[in-house]
Amino acid sequence: MLVHSFKHIRHRQIRSTLIRVVIVCFTLLTLLPLLYILAYIIRRGIGAINWSFFVELPKPVGERGGGIANALTGSVLIVALATLMAVPVGLSSALYLSEHSRGKLAGFIRLCIEVLTGIPSIVVGIVAYYWLVRPMNSFSAFSGSVALAIMMLPIMIRSAEETLKRFPVHLREASLALGVPYYKTILKVLLPCSLSGVLSGIMLSIARVIGETAPLLFTAFGNPYLSFNIFHPMHSLPLLIYNYAISPYDSWHQLAWGAAWVLLMWILLLNVLTRIMIRKWSVRY
Amino acid sequence: MERPILEVKHFHAWFGDHEVVKDVNLTLYRNKVIAVMGPSGCGKTTFLRCINRMHELTPGARTEGEILLEGENIYEMSPIVLRLRVGMVFQRPNPFPHLTIYENVLAGYLLNNIPLSRTEKDAIVEDSLRKAALWNEVKDNLKKKGNFLSGGQQQRLCIARAIAMKPDILLLDEPTSALDPISTAGIEELTQELKKNYTLILVTHNMQQAARVSDETAFFYMGELVEFAPTRQIFTAPRDQRTQNYITGRFS
Repeated sequence: MLVHSFKHIRHRQIRSTLIRVVIVCFTLLTLLPLLYILAYIIRRGIGAINWSFFVELPKPVGERGGGIANALTGSVLIVALATLMAVPVGLSSALYLSEHSRGKLAGFIRLCIEVLTGIPSIVVGIVAYYWLVRPMNSFSAFSGSVALAIMMLPIMIRSAEETLKRFPVHLREASLALGVPYYKTILKVLLPCSLSGVLSGIMLSIARVIGETAPLLFTAFGNPYLSFNIFHPMHSLPLLIYNYAISPYDSWHQLAWGAAWVLLMWILLLNVLTRIMIRKWSVRY
Repeated sequence: MERPILEVKHFHAWFGDHEVVKDVNLTLYRNKVIAVMGPSGCGKTTFLRCINRMHELTPGARTEGEILLEGENIYEMSPIVLRLRVGMVFQRPNPFPHLTIYENVLAGYLLNNIPLSRTEKDAIVEDSLRKAALWNEVKDNLKKKGNFLSGGQQQRLCIARAIAMKPDILLLDEPTSALDPISTAGIEELTQELKKNYTLILVTHNMQQAARVSDETAFFYMGELVEFAPTRQIFTAPRDQRTQNYITGRFS
């Protein structure tokens, strides 16, 4: 009997090791493409990076050098504007969903958000085109920001809602029992306690849209010159990569690789910052 | 005759269709510890939460009858003003995790935007923490967050937070049920100090605790106030058979 059960245990140990090996292998397999893309872009892109790359405009075909200053400022402006638009809407929706999580309207909003997540980015671009570009008679950074803001909302709302919902009743009651009105409880207790989750949702949604090309194709359109007017066409990193990568010129390919490198670093930085923020500011209940 | 601080007249409370507190009449005077005891589900916590109108925050909750705070009907007062005058300490210590110890004591002022000078703040913090018997343990760590404190210390911080608002009445909802025996003894001792300045209403399912700390005891059973009398009388010569059964341990 005893011998039999020993055999049984050995059998189990072998099986357990086998499964562990399989899991590790598949995990490595998922990491492989990511590591490959990272290494490839860094290797190809790093050569383009120097001071003039960041401060100069692209040079005409045939001249060497030049930079992506127009696309860089454009991306920063468009995404910043999109964030400014998306945060108030996203935060309010998340607050509504977490405060009235069981209502019919909340269920409907959640459904809308899920659908919104699934809408292809090019469709969002077309919608922004019909809403803004056509009535305003001009491609503009503004319409691009609206398209990106729409794409940011679902990620932001989901992440904020999850954090806000974790806020415990006993802290809410602590605040209300001190005579603090409901809206002040929200602003001064609920939001500060949920800060890290809300901010990380915002950062992740920025990281998500920063590389989007399709919504900008018919909205921000692109611009070979440096522009700060949000009601005019503006360039952006993904547009620049798209345009230059399909061009036949080597020097433009080089700029596109460099721009890809910048985009990648930006996204990496955002993700790292988010992690640090979560670790530093998250409140344990 | 001294004017009562709290009068409860024909008071009922419901959750939906379920009547949790039934026709309670009660008159309480200043500077006493009043214990509210009874078996689980007897409506004692609900009754306590009606006194500062926390009960009505639950969806479907409603009440009928009157509660008078120094002659004023609390259901005609703003709940915000009422809650400044009737402080509450909860079952589980709940200091604000995003605030320092110093800010936690002042939370009622800070969160309500009540302006205070630096000296006033310092005075209130020290006075409240001393009254809550926590000053000596935290005076060097006032600017730190409270999460390193023990459960008993956190609960005393919550008491300090409540008395910093200088309330007329302090409601204590089973304040020791999440604490170890030593912390419990500390809080019980504290109630005797606090009653010099405040009126304490203490909900407890622990008879010994009621007997140790309270001057008067209200015994609730199935939503009814069965008996209200000086604590000594409740425990030695209860008038009602149900009180008798409860204190002799026939049910709990």
